[in-house]
Amino acid sequence: MATDLESCPALQKLRDFDPEAVEEARTFRDEVTLYIRPANFLRACEFLRDEPGLKFSFLADVTALDLYPQEPRFEVVYHLLSLETAQRLRLKVRVQGENPRFITAIPVWPAANAFEREVFDLFGIVFDGHPFLRRILLPEEWEGHPLRKDYPTEGYR
Amino acid sequence: MPVTLERIPGAEDRVILSMGPQHPSTHGVLRLVLELEGETVLRAIYDIGYLHTGFEKSLESKTYSQGITLTDRMDYLAPLSNNLGFCLATEKLLGLEIPPRAQWIRVLLTELTRIQSHLVWLGTHAIDLGAMSVFLYCFREREEILHIFEAVSGQRMMTSYFRIGGLALEPPLGWLKGVEKFARSFPARINEYEALLTRNPIWLRRTQGVGYISAEDAIAYGLSGPSLRGSGVDWDLRKKEPYSSYEKFDFKTVTRPEGDVYGRYLVRVEEMRQSLRIVNQAMEGLPTGPIKADAPHIVLPERESMKTSIEALIYHFKIVTEGFHPPLGEVYQAIESPRGELGFYLVSDGSPKPFRCHVRAPSFANLQALPKMIEGRLIADVVACIGTIDIVLGEVDR
Repeated sequence: MATDLESCPALQKLRDFDPEAVEEARTFRDEVTLYIRPANFLRACEFLRDEPGLKFSFLADVTALDLYPQEPRFEVVYHLLSLETAQRLRLKVRVQGENPRFITAIPVWPAANAFEREVFDLFGIVFDGHPFLRRILLPEEWEGHPLRKDYPTEGYR
Repeated sequence: MPVTLERIPGAEDRVILSMGPQHPSTHGVLRLVLELEGETVLRAIYDIGYLHTGFEKSLESKTYSQGITLTDRMDYLAPLSNNLGFCLATEKLLGLEIPPRAQWIRVLLTELTRIQSHLVWLGTHAIDLGAMSVFLYCFREREEILHIFEAVSGQRMMTSYFRIGGLALEPPLGWLKGVEKFARSFPARINEYEALLTRNPIWLRRTQGVGYISAEDAIAYGLSGPSLRGSGVDWDLRKKEPYSSYEKFDFKTVTRPEGDVYGRYLVRVEEMRQSLRIVNQAMEGLPTGPIKADAPHIVLPERESMKTSIEALIYHFKIVTEGFHPPLGEVYQAIESPRGELGFYLVSDGSPKPFRCHVRAPSFANLQALPKMIEGRLIADVVACIGTIDIVLGEVDR
């Protein structure tokens, strides 16, 4: 498994660019997951998008995981795709607390807009700098964030 | 309060118009808020969620096999594509090999799904723009495909036919006759639609130059499928990341440089022809052999063997009552659905139920380009633009 990771160009190049950025790297079923330090996130994303040979210009998906009761509780998950090399890459960022906050990726990938609204709606993660961070699937007056693990599947009665 | 647009001071004569969610041209329950000056749209935002049913939350309390029935109901115009995406993701998680016959039948049926989904799109898109007869022709052919689905799975729409590890059951004898009959008659039918539309001056006036989106913008906004290829980007997951043995089929990726409603129309029409080519190849070379993987702890045993073998009975009981335990890990599996990149992100904690299942719905991402397409254009073009991105609200809202 370790050898797979060492041959991953995205990891190599990102480490050369910013040795601090990657907190941890994993592979499973030939899919690479990089945990990015929140402070280095936007710079790392811009690099991954623009670097020749990587060109992760297509943001396929943004979602989140709730690892309750673990802390840091949330992971924001980004699925990137390079239309040039047909490679995929998964980025993860760990976000803490009951009222988690992170920054928006819209400056790098405009496609993040609706996905981040969905994550905000269903997980309650606030994306600073998002121009229109409102609930997207649930009604405005809804209480709670259903995809959190402490939210019962049947809802509150 | 539903989402609305704020009035700009000094421009009180502009109209803020709520279009939908019951508007016939919004293909379901999409609501748009438009700021109009005369008939020109100045700003637009969309409001969705009317069909939100919490599939992702429900999936967390169901076993993987039970999850399949939910996927049918997301994109209700392409249920088999959704089945396929979910099954492939779970199979990737399990590291399961699928026998060739099952893979080929999956390809054949998902391509028929693509054709019938494009037919619904073409029919409704044309009726939105005033071409009534195309709608009737398209639904006539779609019905033939739904008959094939019914013969194979017992259901016209909510098929749940693909199962983890293969197919639900061997298709009935003679089912290929129905496919053959359809494949023989369909090329002439496509020509018929094209004769009605492709060089029709009214159609051209309504579609050419409307809803333009450049290749750069299409990529930046996360467009996929025919909406991306209509802007000249050569990207098709069936070619670039072949799954379910698509690499063995000969077909062309259709792209058009126009980037407007007309370009996307041409892409989808040609895609129907290419899908038909795949269907024909799949029929000719259909391998024989089993339709389920050899994995007794995951795939339900044959009914007959349960009457004679105690192991089969035990496995059946375990799969039905408990489910199976995939390894710890996470996978993302994307397929080329009729609307674009349909991705399933599965996270397993080792239990028989997914820790998390997220669906990357192509319609949800494609919808983001709509305001960009319609701002600055006439209100009549809004209808053309909603049709051209081919959204299914069941999938947008999940």
